Amino acid sequence: MATLVSHPDEVRVISKRFGQGATEIERYLQLDGYKAVQKALGMGADAIVNEVKNSGLRGRGGAGFSTGMKWSFVPKQSAKPKYVLCNGDESEPGTCKDRLIFEHDPHAVIEGVMIAALAVGSHIGYIYIRGEYRYLSVIMQKAIKDAYAKGFLGKNIFSSGYDLDIHWHGGAGAYEVGEESALMESLEGKRGIPRIRPPFPAVVGLWGGPTVINNAETLAAVPHIILGGADWYAKLGTPKNGGTRLFCLSGNLNKPGVYELPMGYNLKKMIYEVGGGISNGRGLKAVVPGGSSTPVLLPEEIDVAMDFDSVAKAGSMLGSGGVVVLDDTTCIVKFALRTMKFYRHESCGWCIPCREGTDWLEKTLTRFHAGAGLKKDIDNIYYLAENMLGKTFCPLGDAAAMPTMAFVKKFREEFEDHLDGKPCPFERTGAAERQPVLA
Amino acid sequence: MIVDTQNFMKFSDEFEARFTEMLTHYPTRRSALVPTLLYAQDEVGALTDEVIAELAQRLDLTELEVRNVISYYSMLTTKPRGKYNVQVCTNIACMLRGGEELLDHCKKKLGIGHKGTTEDGLFSLEEVECIGACSWAPAAQVNYDFHENLTNAKMDELLDEYKKKGTQ
Amino acid sequence: MPDVTLTVDGKKITAPAGSLLIEACKSVGIEVPSFCYYPGLSLQGACRMCVVKIEKMPKLQTACTTTVTEGMIVATDSDEVRQARKAMVELLLGNHPLDCPVCDAGGECELQDMAFSYGAPESKYTEAKNHREEQQWSPVVYFDRPRCILCYRCVRVCGEGMDVWALGVQNRGVSSIIAPNQNDHLDCEECGMCIDICPVGALTSGAYRYKTRPWEMNHVGTICTHCGDGCKTTLGVRCCDAGAEIVRGDNRDKSGINNDFLCIKGRYAFDFAHHKDRLTEPLIRKNGKLTPATWEEAFELIGKRFREVRDHDGGSAIGVVGSNRTTNEENYLLSKFARAVLKTNNVDHHRTADFPALAAALHGKPGKTASMRDALNAPAILLIGNDPTNQHPLLAWQIRTNVRLRRAKLYVINAAPIKLRRQASGSALVPAGAEAKAVAFLGGDDSLLDALVDSQVAGGLTREAWIALRERIRGEQNMVIAFGSELRGHDIERLVSFASTLTGAKLICLGDYANSRGASEMGLYPDLLPGYEPVARADRFQKEWGKLPRETGLSLPEMVEAAKAGKLKALYVVGSNPVGRLKVDPFVLSKSFVVVQDMFLTETATIADVVLPAANAYEKTGTYTNTCGDLQLVKKAGEISNTKPDFEMIVRIADAMGCDVSGLVPFGSGTHSDMGQTRGAQSGEADRHAVWLEAHNLEPKMTPFDPMAILDEIQRVVAGYDVSRVNLLAGNDQHLEIAESGASLIQQPELIDPANDDLFSSGTLGRYSKTLNSVFENKSAESEVAAD
Ligand SMILES: Cc1cc2nc3c(=O)[nH]c(=O)nc-3n(C[C@H](O)[C@H](O)[C@H](O)COP(=O)(O)O)c2cc1C
Ligand code: SF4
Ligand code: FES
Repeated sequence: MATLVSHPDEVRVISKRFGQGATEIERYLQLDGYKAVQKALGMGADAIVNEVKNSGLRGRGGAGFSTGMKWSFVPKQSAKPKYVLCNGDESEPGTCKDRLIFEHDPHAVIEGVMIAALAVGSHIGYIYIRGEYRYLSVIMQKAIKDAYAKGFLGKNIFSSGYDLDIHWHGGAGAYEVGEESALMESLEGKRGIPRIRPPFPAVVGLWGGPTVINNAETLAAVPHIILGGADWYAKLGTPKNGGTRLFCLSGNLNKPGVYELPMGYNLKKMIYEVGGGISNGRGLKAVVPGGSSTPVLLPEEIDVAMDFDSVAKAGSMLGSGGVVVLDDTTCIVKFALRTMKFYRHESCGWCIPCREGTDWLEKTLTRFHAGAGLKKDIDNIYYLAENMLGKTFCPLGDAAAMPTMAFVKKFREEFEDHLDGKPCPFERTGAAERQPVLA
Repeated sequence: MIVDTQNFMKFSDEFEARFTEMLTHYPTRRSALVPTLLYAQDEVGALTDEVIAELAQRLDLTELEVRNVISYYSMLTTKPRGKYNVQVCTNIACMLRGGEELLDHCKKKLGIGHKGTTEDGLFSLEEVECIGACSWAPAAQVNYDFHENLTNAKMDELLDEYKKKGTQ
Repeated sequence: MPDVTLTVDGKKITAPAGSLLIEACKSVGIEVPSFCYYPGLSLQGACRMCVVKIEKMPKLQTACTTTVTEGMIVATDSDEVRQARKAMVELLLGNHPLDCPVCDAGGECELQDMAFSYGAPESKYTEAKNHREEQQWSPVVYFDRPRCILCYRCVRVCGEGMDVWALGVQNRGVSSIIAPNQNDHLDCEECGMCIDICPVGALTSGAYRYKTRPWEMNHVGTICTHCGDGCKTTLGVRCCDAGAEIVRGDNRDKSGINNDFLCIKGRYAFDFAHHKDRLTEPLIRKNGKLTPATWEEAFELIGKRFREVRDHDGGSAIGVVGSNRTTNEENYLLSKFARAVLKTNNVDHHRTADFPALAAALHGKPGKTASMRDALNAPAILLIGNDPTNQHPLLAWQIRTNVRLRRAKLYVINAAPIKLRRQASGSALVPAGAEAKAVAFLGGDDSLLDALVDSQVAGGLTREAWIALRERIRGEQNMVIAFGSELRGHDIERLVSFASTLTGAKLICLGDYANSRGASEMGLYPDLLPGYEPVARADRFQKEWGKLPRETGLSLPEMVEAAKAGKLKALYVVGSNPVGRLKVDPFVLSKSFVVVQDMFLTETATIADVVLPAANAYEKTGTYTNTCGDLQLVKKAGEISNTKPDFEMIVRIADAMGCDVSGLVPFGSGTHSDMGQTRGAQSGEADRHAVWLEAHNLEPKMTPFDPMAILDEIQRVVAGYDVSRVNLLAGNDQHLEIAESGASLIQQPELIDPANDDLFSSGTLGRYSKTLNSVFENKSAESEVAAD
């Protein structure tokens, strides 16, 4: 349903089958489908884990943790069943990539879950898809059913003697449920409240059993790694950042869209070449490089390689691959407010700093943006965010605090422009000049 | 607890088949709760007291536990919405491309506010958080259908279409 | 497990491996603040107050969820840590109404304390606070949303602790709210644990709210007077016109066998003491009507008539009925007074359990009874009959806690699907009345298996399952076996012999009232003296008591028969209501001279010739023995002027009969002063008084009304009661060895009549408790609505 785009710089691995009708299992099989899992069946668990480790694949869910490493933490022996869990809750503002994978290549996710299961010795996997993605759930449910019908899932898959079940599971609207331990709670039929760690999911996860949890894109990359080899995959990216990833370009761009680019692709180039530059002929004000949780970068900071380590060095995070571009008519206070409104709405409410902090930040920013700001508010906003950072129960609090601190630090003057009863300077410039793309 | 087998609520056969199968997917009954609630809501229109009592009984939960879960998830509701629930995303990517103006437009056009329902019960309106359509912003969902790269004019057409469909 | 060494604030400390950092710190006196952490309940990590700095960790860590590791270096009070905590308090206060001046928790509020310690002087917020109206969830539970800090203690104690699960959390984020199970009200056991555990004033008690400030009360630790479990309760007491009023009950200091547990009765049902129907003057029947009289008049009349009957018709024409709620001292004194002064063995009480049978069965088997603490620590528990959730709430709490925290195995054999089965790892439903058969089967009598299996309904076991269950039970070591009044006489003997085949098994016999066990042990029986000594072997008591009647006296039903035949000329009823509770026909007693000591004009009191207004257990000092045999100190808290403790009344009647009171109560010869009996309600005051007396070289003076004087004698004479007095006076419970005097079984199990009180009823006391009644009415009203 979502429009596909393309650019010559793209390296199509995950998106290889996009638009090819691969939702049909027969078509998927024609396009090398289910070859990787059969190869993996012959490799043995340790070899799979090593291959994935060596590929330099890092989690596409946001934290960028080495996938192979994560799998290696799962104990070999376990009294309780082990589980593989695909995180398809995709809710980070600015991110719309897993959606395309589910829409165009659902079997790749299934195959990825299967390989992960083989790697850790699990016999049951779940693919969790956010509730809003009903049409994708329908696609996924059919894909799973087709795989069962072919004997790829269930007892004795590919006559290997290995039993493996995979089930679909659906959410019902909650960003926090994307957090791995909250996702497990949700799957167990509970409120999406994260769990205390340690123990980590790899040791104690779903229903107390060791659990591997990976983002849908991460898992979709796995079959390609198994077929193409770790070396090939690693070399597509930069050192320690193997492969390609789906970048979701959004905001004030001429050619927004989801593009598959090698890890380490230059951000500036991504914006001006791949994304077609700033729309309406405006100038660039700032870029959110990895979803709403990541601190903004100023125009002078965007000459950066888009891999986990480089972006971190630039003071932000690669996150979930959602690149949101702000043109120079954007009010940063407004942007900060909308971001905070989201976190206030999505905070699970479990811990004090996140629950209360997001509420006060939203309230203060609302008043501030409405023109009733006080000078002390600017420091207060920073103080509140700073006191949330690193003190919350789960990283959602950090996700709310980090961008907020960056907004204040990098755009203090713009905050000050809102003071003394002055209306928002950007509302003042008038609609003609602001030109939302919508008009 | 006395299980009154006579008074089981009637859901569609499709729901029952899905529910029965889903229970086989998990080691605990309550695991089926969240998706089941959404499917039940789709059929009944809202998670009424009756639905809550029914599902609580089926999944060995107290009604309180079911309510606790319902109130956590933003798609779940205990009050009926309009036949077409128009959900306009105003989160950052959409905001940058006019999501808020689109929402305002819908408010005016439908004459209702956030979480309001039109008098004829046809439409309800909701400002929602990111729905995963950032690269095709601004976007909205009507029930489960995505509508992307919207403008006010496109939105008008869309609403008219739904209205036609809904009053046929 | 081996100990771990770590450094906290520069101090080297050791702690058992696996312990939580917050507990390790506490054990060496380093207090790490917390709201959501509560020992014994599941971990939350939600309030973030307990953050500490641990070396090599990038972020601050929560001490409540971190387990100690070898070599860990921790700072609990650095600037960074203090700032983090201060920020937490600021955030909490942001939405907090700051209505401390009118909040019940003011002065006892953990948020107040925290704000004081970490300082959040200036408010950083300009916006309005979120507000919500206060809600009443039940007659006793009020919820004030804005004060709630979402520590989830209430939710956990209700679910994990009580196994009631009546509270939940609804919505998310800043809209999160604690919610009751019935939309806007609670359907629960009304234990009030949620109120007590709330660190702030979010949950308040309908019985206490807006009555007083915590610092305006005196706090007296005493024992609950309702069921037989003997919970310690700290009563908040305030002066009032009528004397001293009890306004609150809790056990927040976690002293006593019940830790912080109390059920609805312990927490609220002290209010019968201030019921308007409370008797405050002696009544004498004149011209057929009970008419107010002076104490002197009353005592003189009773003394005269008792003496006349004794001297004219003999002691056997007098009957004495004692109480399950008076103290050991009073029961002992009554027993002694009956035998030594009234010269009668016609002594009885409302029997609710067969303690004498247990004593008899345990002859020659010392150390076989379990204490209430054992129920919390035993690796296995076997419960036969009874419904502890309703009848022994503390025992039920101990069992649940033990199963939850120590994974004890619980086995339940019962004729009803009682709630505790949820904690059971093995349970069997038996036909009503077949508990004894199950005991015989456990003991090896397989012929009874058919009776247990055949008539089974749902929940019953098959033959194989019964045998498997027996094997598992037989395999348990150090098991506590608790049984209800379903087992009596020889069934108890059978159970004891089965228990003797197990390693380390101990027994608990479940009786119904606060001092049923004490009444039994102090010899309120026609055939037994204190310590289950048969009346025929009264020699032991001769020295202290003088010459005693040797023939078995009349049991209560026999006394009624004698009255009917015109042979019972006088009946002395102390704190008991045989007409109301045991369905004694009041008409039968019309020819006897009846004296009743009670708080209210009970069914029995209405037909009496003299009624004396009695103080209750909250208004006097003494000791109670709970159903397990744990001896505890009862302290005076409240006071209603012009009532008297039963102890004093017995002494005064004896005096009026011309008896030498110093022979009855050996006052002056003891070593201990009274415990505030006559000096007001303040705890500690008696101690201060004693200290003052000693400092001035004055002997603590004792009166014949001092129950502590007769405690000396009890300790000397009653087998098992020779425990440390210092420990007792310090408020500690002491488990008593049951007196196994070697008496044979008394064969009248039919005289046992369990009270069957539940959480919301408590005999006569319950009828006069406004709180219990309001909860009860509220519940009936709701079930009517539901039935409509
Ligand atoms: C608040 C929050 C929301 C998250 N949402 C998502 C999500 O929607 N999808 C996702 O894959 N990971 C999400 N994550 C990250 C997951 O916790 C987890 O790290 C990830 O699923 C692991 O997969 P990966 O190793 O393949 O990235 C979220 C994390 C946080 C703290
Ligand atoms: S009501 Fe009290 S105990 Fe319960 S969560 Fe709120 S503050 Fe904590
Ligand atoms: S921000 Fe609107 S769909 Fe993502």
